[in-house]
Amino acid sequence: MHPALAVIKDGTQTYQQKVVSLAHIGEDSISPLKIVPDVQGLLDSGVICNLHEGNAPYRPRYVVPDYELFMEKGSEFLGLEAPKDIWEATNSLLILYRHVPSITTFPVYIGDLDKLLEPFVADGKASYQEALKAISLFLLQIDRTINDSFCHADLGPEATTAGRLILEASREQNNAVPNISLKYDPDLTPDDFAILAAATALDVAKPSFANDRIYRPEFKAMGFDDYAIASCYNGLPKGGGSCTLVRLNLAKAAELAKSRKDFLDRLVPEIVAAQLAYMDERVRFLVNESGFFESSFLVKEGLIKKERFSAMFGLVGLAEAVNAFSDGLRFGHDSGADAFGLAIIEKISELVAAHKCLWLKANHGRYLLHAQVGIDSDKGVSPGCRIPIGDEPELLDHIIRSAPFHKYFASGIGDVFAFEPTARNNPAHLLDVVKGAMKQGLRYMSAYSSDSDVVRITGYLVKRSEIERLRKGEASLQDTSLLGKNAVDGLGVLNRRVRS
Amino acid sequence: MQPLGGALSGAATSGIIAKILKTSAVDGPGNRAVVFFQGCNFNCSYCHNPETINYCDHCGLCVPACQYGALGMDEGLVLWNPAHCADCGACLLACPKSSSPKSRRMSAEEILNELSPYKAFLSGLSISGGEACVQMGFLAELVKKAASHGLPCLVDSNGSADFSAYPELVAAADGFMLDIKAWNKAEHFALAEASNRVVIKNLHYLAAAGKLYEARTVISPGLFNIEETVTQSSRAILAGAKASGKMARYKLLRYRPNGVRPAFKNKLLLPDPELMERLAALARAEGLKEVIIT
Repeated sequence: MHPALAVIKDGTQTYQQKVVSLAHIGEDSISPLKIVPDVQGLLDSGVICNLHEGNAPYRPRYVVPDYELFMEKGSEFLGLEAPKDIWEATNSLLILYRHVPSITTFPVYIGDLDKLLEPFVADGKASYQEALKAISLFLLQIDRTINDSFCHADLGPEATTAGRLILEASREQNNAVPNISLKYDPDLTPDDFAILAAATALDVAKPSFANDRIYRPEFKAMGFDDYAIASCYNGLPKGGGSCTLVRLNLAKAAELAKSRKDFLDRLVPEIVAAQLAYMDERVRFLVNESGFFESSFLVKEGLIKKERFSAMFGLVGLAEAVNAFSDGLRFGHDSGADAFGLAIIEKISELVAAHKCLWLKANHGRYLLHAQVGIDSDKGVSPGCRIPIGDEPELLDHIIRSAPFHKYFASGIGDVFAFEPTARNNPAHLLDVVKGAMKQGLRYMSAYSSDSDVVRITGYLVKRSEIERLRKGEASLQDTSLLGKNAVDGLGVLNRRVRS
Repeated sequence: MQPLGGALSGAATSGIIAKILKTSAVDGPGNRAVVFFQGCNFNCSYCHNPETINYCDHCGLCVPACQYGALGMDEGLVLWNPAHCADCGACLLACPKSSSPKSRRMSAEEILNELSPYKAFLSGLSISGGEACVQMGFLAELVKKAASHGLPCLVDSNGSADFSAYPELVAAADGFMLDIKAWNKAEHFALAEASNRVVIKNLHYLAAAGKLYEARTVISPGLFNIEETVTQSSRAILAGAKASGKMARYKLLRYRPNGVRPAFKNKLLLPDPELMERLAALARAEGLKEVIIT
């Protein structure tokens, strides 16, 4: 059956999901990129993977609009003036979200929501009841119309009335969308707000905690005044984003090497160069040929700027690659194995930093490293630099062993921990763990309670009840439910060690 | 690994430790490390870690039960090798004396060294058991040293030692978590094989001194007069709070059969959720602010 006909007849896809699937099939019917045979070989074998990005890049993968500017000026193209109250503010944002491009058609970043909404709820601008109602309806609309849990909202680091209302409403609604990060800085984020965030995480698996003390100076040093966490946990420049994300499958690559030395000295430079060349070609087409940056109203109105777009060099399966050359010693448990893992990442980091993309100005054309969380067809490949599920050390040892990898990945790396439901009685426990983790240098961490309906799959959120719906052969509102179901089956993500 | 033996009370530079947890969500506020002391002077039917009640007498009955080669005998002493231990629990089941071959003699420094990589994650240290006060000299030493290392301590106790006689310990500890097993003396004796005279005295003393962090009662229907125990304990907490200005929390724990010895397991009843809610309401009606069901 033609793939398009298979999509049309698929009873588990909603109408909107079919439209997106058919668009992808249409895009892939042309091959405008110039790909050399060596790179094509690595793409075909899965060592390099474009993560369903499509054959003809006509929009950046991750668009991170400057929503602050939008709130200040409105939009000429959309015929919107700057909002004056909480109803206009939430309405304007919902309108703009419909027009933010991505691979899925859904926005991967919907703003630092607390900062955007605070001016309309603080200082008695709206009553508590009115503000809660407006924010609850806003979040409900997001969950029911942005049917993809790569949609990400940011909060913090300061506590705000709007931030508290967003957490309260999220807890009440128990929805998978949006994904939420709290940018956390122990000096700027008061404990009571962070504990509310921790309690919310133990109920609905969000927010995650982003180490603001690492992200903020790092993006400043790259020349960006602000950053956002988008999609799973991708740190990106605000008012820009990432043209593409391509990943290297280190687990698969390990099969092509004879020894540790062969892997590190011969193979890694070879496959890194191939991935860089492939990324360059994707960026070239998007920037020079697709016309995106010349035609998008987001660019014309200054909500995104070409010079604030980078691209993400992803990788997965470090643990499996290390274990393949460690004679039974295990990544995450043995210092020698971990040191080899660090040597691999150090090498990749150097090679990527030495490369300049001719078509990008952001970060002087240097790509950002990203520990990719995997795709649903992965089997036996751990996300990024994570310690494999089923082989996790005790909680604090796990964090201490993971932390040294986090500094390399400006555009995202994170660890996920499942907690016993009893931890709900003591959310300060989770906050203590977060504080300690960040002191160790952890960039990003997520937590959920092992009995929650909303669970974190790898970086995105899915409701277990929606996975069950798919198992019965019914459609699910969110396209990510299917990815979650496959990851549960293929990667055993619900078998994470439960921390007591 | 040092063999066990030697003084168990009075001034001590080491103690017998059943287990150390680097992280816990259920032993006090925030994330806490927990040191479990070996040895208890009560013998509660519902005890969920009965392997901490008695000291190992090196009978060796547990050695053949270990499938992992983690246990051996050397000159009449049982030796445990943690590197080979799979933590399967077979040795504990094989022990007929409510003890464990895995308890270790450790100094306060050794304990704190073991915890030092994790300090950034911890709000403090909780000391539990067994019964912490059975090794009173070492308890006081550990509490003082841990506090000076930046790990404030909560002591989890059955309240059998008169804390008013140990002012240095009380001053050095952040607070105490006190088990009130039953208010009625005869019922307490039947449940724990020990008197509660000093326990009740401690409840009043610690609450009034502002050093009671938490009182707790395990709820199993029919074992003791639950309503009386909850009401009287609540009143004592409240009276202490009036004197100290700090009100302790009261935790009502559902009896859970996990870990309980088979001889008692089948005789004890699980409370239904309605009973737990009714007891919490009783405590709140007395005026307590924080009543927790777990």
